[in-house]
Amino acid sequence: MTRYLLSRAGQAALVLWAAFTASYVLLQLLPGDSILIKFQNPELGLSPQQIAEIRAYYAGASPLADYAHTLLGFLTGSFGYSIDTGTPVVERLAEALPETARLASAAFLLAVVIAVVIAFAASYSSASWLRGALLSVPSLFISVPAFWLGILLIQIFSFRLRLVPVIGGSEVQQLVLPVLTLAVPISAPIAQVLARAIDQVYAQPFVPVIAAKGASRWWILWRHVARNAVLPTLTVAGLTLGELIAGSVVTETVFGRAGIGRLTEQAVNAQDTPVMLAVVVLAAAVFVLVNLLVDVLFPILDPRLKGAAA
Amino acid sequence: MTGASVPGAGGVGSGGVPVPARVARRPRGRVPVGLVVAWLVVGLVLLWAVVPGLFTAYDPIAGVPAEKLRPPGAGHLFGTDAVGRDVFARVVHGSVHSLSGALVAVGVGLLLGTLLGLLAGAAGGVADAAVMRVVDVLLSVPGLLLALTVIILLGPGTVNVAIAVGIGSVAAFARLARAEVVRVRRTDYVEAAFGSGGRFGAVLWRHVLPNSLGPVVALAALQFGAAILAISTLGFLGYGAEPPTPEWGLLIAEGRNYLATSWWLTTLPGAVVVAVVLAAGRISRSIGRERG
Repeated sequence: MTRYLLSRAGQAALVLWAAFTASYVLLQLLPGDSILIKFQNPELGLSPQQIAEIRAYYAGASPLADYAHTLLGFLTGSFGYSIDTGTPVVERLAEALPETARLASAAFLLAVVIAVVIAFAASYSSASWLRGALLSVPSLFISVPAFWLGILLIQIFSFRLRLVPVIGGSEVQQLVLPVLTLAVPISAPIAQVLARAIDQVYAQPFVPVIAAKGASRWWILWRHVARNAVLPTLTVAGLTLGELIAGSVVTETVFGRAGIGRLTEQAVNAQDTPVMLAVVVLAAAVFVLVNLLVDVLFPILDPRLKGAAA
Repeated sequence: MTGASVPGAGGVGSGGVPVPARVARRPRGRVPVGLVVAWLVVGLVLLWAVVPGLFTAYDPIAGVPAEKLRPPGAGHLFGTDAVGRDVFARVVHGSVHSLSGALVAVGVGLLLGTLLGLLAGAAGGVADAAVMRVVDVLLSVPGLLLALTVIILLGPGTVNVAIAVGIGSVAAFARLARAEVVRVRRTDYVEAAFGSGGRFGAVLWRHVLPNSLGPVVALAALQFGAAILAISTLGFLGYGAEPPTPEWGLLIAEGRNYLATSWWLTTLPGAVVVAVVLAAGRISRSIGRERG
C-alpha cells in the first residue's frame, strides 16, 4: 500500500514538473515581447538603451540559470513578478483565488447534483422514450457554448423575468447565474459515466438476487447499485476539476467577475508570461493532486482493489 | 465494441471495464431520424460555407443603417444588427471560418495524436512510456488554458486559434490511437505479417494503422464539434478573427451589448453553433457503433 502511494505520488510530482517545464519552455519561446508591449509607448519617452537596461533587469544570467531560478521559486512558493503590473504573481493569484474557488466549488457541487439527478432518473424510469430523452441531455449540455449559455441566462433571468439584478444584488444573487453556467457543461461527462456505470452494475448477477429477496427498486438503486457505480464516476469527477479553472475564464468574462479566469485573460492580452505560467501550473497542480487523491481513495472505497494496488 | 467506447468531451472513458450493459439496439430497417437530421445539419452548414450566395442575398459586411436592429421576420430571418446587417447572412458567411478552423484543428490533432499513439503503441518499451508521459502532461492542463498558452506564443488570428485548439486535442487522439494499436498489434494477422517477413514500417502502414482507425475516426467527428465550440469560445474572447469578419463566436460577442433589447443577436447564432456541435456528436456516435 505504502509503495503504491509513493509511486503514485512520485508520478504525480513528475507530471507536475514536466508540465511546469513544458509551459516554461513554451512561454520562453515567445516571439512577441511583453517588455516591448509595456514600455514601447512613446509617451513614456524611453530610449532604446533604457529599454535594453529594463530587459537586462528582467533577464537572468543564462537560460538555464533562469530556469533553475524560476523552478526554485515555484518550489518555495514565489512565482516571480507580473510584467504587466510589476506586483508579485503570488499576490495577484491570492487576490483572485478566493473568488474563483467559491464559484468553482459551488459549480462543482451543482454539477454533481445535476448529474446524479439525470442518471438516477434515467435508470429509474421505465418508459424507454423518457430514458432515451434523459440520456441525451448530457450530449446537449456539452454541445452548448458556455459563453452563450451565460448570455442566455442573463437574458432570461435578468432582462425578461427580472429575477436577478444585472448590477448590484446580494452575493448569492450574483453567484447563481455564473455557477449555473459553469456547472452545466461539467455535469455532462459526470452524468454520462454515472449512467453507464449504473447500467453495468445492473447487469451483474447480484442484482436479481437482491430483487428476488424482495428489495424494492429504489432500495436496489440507492443501496446497492449507486454505491458500486461511485468509483468510475469519481474518476471522471476528478478529471473535470481541471476544466473548472478553464471554464472560469469564460464565465468570469461573461459575468464580469474578478478571479483566476479574468487574470488569465488579462495575462494573455498583455503577454504576461509569469502570470500565465503560474496559472497553467496551478491548473495542472489542481488536476494532478485531485487525481492522486482519487487514486488513493479507490482502494479505501472498494476493498476489492486493495490486492490489485499492493 | 471491445471496451473502447468513444470518450466524451475531455477524454473521459477510462476505467478499463468491459462494457456490455444495456446497449440500445435499433430494430432492423428503422430509419434513425436523429442521425439523418444530424447529417442534414452538417450538410447544410457545409453548403453554407461553399456557396453562401445560394442561401442569402444580403451582404455580411455592409449593412443598411436604416434597417438596424430589426427583429427576426420575413425579410430578415435572424433579424438585423446595430448597423443594419442581416444576422442570418453573417451566420451563413461565417460558417466557412468556423468549419475551416475546425478542420485545421482536427487535422492537427488527428495527425500529431495518431502519429504519437502509433509510435508509442507499436514501439512499446521506453518510447511508449515516454510518449504516454507527454500525453499525461498534456492532459493535466485544461484544453482552453493550453490553447491560450499557444495563442500567447503564436499571437491571435484565425489560423493560430485553430492550431491552438488542435494541439489541445492531441492527447486524446494519442491515447485512443495507442490503445487501438496495442490491441491490433497482438492479433494473429499482424504476427503473421511480421512472421512472413514484413518490415516494421510496412506492417504498421498496411495492417496496424487501417485496423486501428475506426474509433479514431469516431473521435475525429466528436472533436470536430468540440473544435467548433472551442474556436467560437476563443473568438468570443477576442483571440480569433478581426471584428468585421462574421465569425460565430465574435458574432455573439458583438451582440452582447444589445442584450436588453435585441435577443436575436446572441440567441440565434448560438443556437446554430449548438445544432452543429450536437450533429457532430450524433454522427460520431454512429461511426463509433458501426466501426468500433
